[in-house]
Amino acid sequence: MNVAIEVEDVSKKFRLFRERPTSLKQRLLTSRSRAEDFWALHDVSFDVREGGTLGLIGHNGSGKTTILKIIAGILRPTSGTVRQRGRLAALLELGAGFHPELTGRENVYLNASFLGLSRKETDSAYEAIVEFAELEEFMDNQVKFYSSGMLVRLGFAVAVHVDPEVLLIDEVLAVGDEAFQAKCLERIRRFQQDGRTIVLVTHALDTVRAICDRAVMLHHGQVHAFGAPDDVVREMRYVLLGQVDESFVPEEGTREVEIEAVDFVYADGSGNGPLLRDDPLAIQVDVRTKEPVADLDVDFAILDGATNHVVLDARTSRSGIDIARFDGKKRVSFRVSSFPYDAGKYWVTVGLTSRDSGRLYHVQTQRYLFEVVDAPRIQERVDVPVEVEVEDL
Amino acid sequence: MGTGAETVVRTSEPPRLRVARRAREVYGRREILLNLVRKELKVKYTASVLGAVWSLLNPVVFLAVFSFVVKITHNSMPDFPVYLLSGLLAWNLFSTSLSTGARSVIDNSNLVKKVAFPHEILPLSSVGVALVDFVLQSSVLLVFILVSGHGLHVPELALYPLAFITLAVFTIAMTYWLSALNVRYRDIQHLLNLGLLVWFWFTPIVYQGHLVQSALQGRTVLGLRLWDLFLVNPLTPIVLGFQRALYANVQPVPGSPAVLPTVSLAWLAGVMAIVLVASLAFLLYTWRKFFDMSGDFAEEL
Repeated sequence: MNVAIEVEDVSKKFRLFRERPTSLKQRLLTSRSRAEDFWALHDVSFDVREGGTLGLIGHNGSGKTTILKIIAGILRPTSGTVRQRGRLAALLELGAGFHPELTGRENVYLNASFLGLSRKETDSAYEAIVEFAELEEFMDNQVKFYSSGMLVRLGFAVAVHVDPEVLLIDEVLAVGDEAFQAKCLERIRRFQQDGRTIVLVTHALDTVRAICDRAVMLHHGQVHAFGAPDDVVREMRYVLLGQVDESFVPEEGTREVEIEAVDFVYADGSGNGPLLRDDPLAIQVDVRTKEPVADLDVDFAILDGATNHVVLDARTSRSGIDIARFDGKKRVSFRVSSFPYDAGKYWVTVGLTSRDSGRLYHVQTQRYLFEVVDAPRIQERVDVPVEVEVEDL
Repeated sequence: MGTGAETVVRTSEPPRLRVARRAREVYGRREILLNLVRKELKVKYTASVLGAVWSLLNPVVFLAVFSFVVKITHNSMPDFPVYLLSGLLAWNLFSTSLSTGARSVIDNSNLVKKVAFPHEILPLSSVGVALVDFVLQSSVLLVFILVSGHGLHVPELALYPLAFITLAVFTIAMTYWLSALNVRYRDIQHLLNLGLLVWFWFTPIVYQGHLVQSALQGRTVLGLRLWDLFLVNPLTPIVLGFQRALYANVQPVPGSPAVLPTVSLAWLAGVMAIVLVASLAFLLYTWRKFFDMSGDFAEEL
């Protein structure tokens, strides 16, 4: 498999000036020692195969955008090497180069030329761009009269109509309304099907899991994790809580039966946002077999994000339910009548194991996260009744 | 996908400037250049009723005023407006390119920080905008030359392409240099305005080249011939070239003093050729300078 982007031991040093000398006088009078060195990247290495989609995640300031700019050729590495094959387009900012005095139409041509499109290519893509942006009536208006939403739509519309072999995207999916975001994601999927290489910087961890086949997590300018998106995202979630587990075990199991989805259901039926303390909580585990399984045991554990201690767990077999031999899909719901623990973040580990042997079918360790708000402190483990139900799907 | 695609290698080493290859790269992204020039012109004349007519109006008013002034002051130099504009338009191309070009990288920092493209395009677009004005205004001058009866002089006109190319090369070289330096030292743009003012009066545009020639020729200071020293200013041979090509009359009124330096066409062409070669060498130097510094533009801004 050919490699489209190869990043090898790339480091990047920035000079931070407390007060940047921008004139001759200042430069002559300012001693160089006032500049501080800041290493934005430290020996970063990863690669992206041709046709692959890589997600780049990390905190703000972890170096994601810096490495993207180095790959794009906007910044030069301080040491190390980047090798890149194929026509590249980088979307570091939607509508970079939009000029307020020009009309939408003129800006499309200006913007497209920066992304490497010739006038002829822009001519033939123009109708599609306008249609994608849904701005047919506004193309002859000056862009300064556009709303920010319109600008974003036009910027992305131009961007997705360039025809690069390698596409770098920085955080641009976070903008726009939901319907437009869905449209953009659909477009990216089409890029993938066309065999284009994509590097995506995002804060949306679910997006990484949904569309990337590899992920890199940068932490303080270093590669903290590199591999399957699920693993890297999980690692990211550890770090988000400040709980970096060095003995981090990836998703494991023999996969005769797999966890297909895990959903959290709150009192109001949704699983969005934080959970109110003392509210009921249901954890739905959807499983699917690859071959008939006769001894499935499903369990979950909730861990306090601050301490990594288990505060609550349950297991089908312990609840007296023996799931009989089956082939296909099942949903196992763990219903907690009330979640009494302190406000904070909680990890959830879900496991599919064998009742008869020690086999792990599929275990996702601390893969899911939810938040609890507003609670008086309960520090001991308390007995909370758990109702278990298994239904055929 | 990507079969036969070139592998781009990026390292800490600033890549060495290979002029032919880089020129091809810039040419390959010429669409940006054209769009930036279009943008500048549009922005410059947008919300003005007459638009680009303003650019034409400038030399028209010039020609009208000077024709009038010459008439009432009984200026001894025939067709003074032609003399003045043939040098002034060249100077305007030069000075406008420099003053807008010096700011071009800084003014487009949003692009430099967000988009990968050959940064040469930014100073080049400043030259491009100035060039559009130059062409418009030169066409006004051409019409005037033909209508006023001054007429075109054929052997002299042959100097025009040489003068123009020399001017273009020197202007681009200076613009590269200043735009790159200005990123680090913002004094440049202020210094430049002063410098251009002095430079303007050291160039025989308003006054007559022959006056300087007769005053300086044969005189030396520290063993340096002053007339040669005067010609060291690259703009002088260039402007003399434009004047010789368009005004053409070295000594329009027999018996009165000459207007243009009394040098042969071949001599002037020779001096301009020397300036052209030196400008090309200078361009190579400033381009390399620009290229080396451009890798850090995104950080410096």
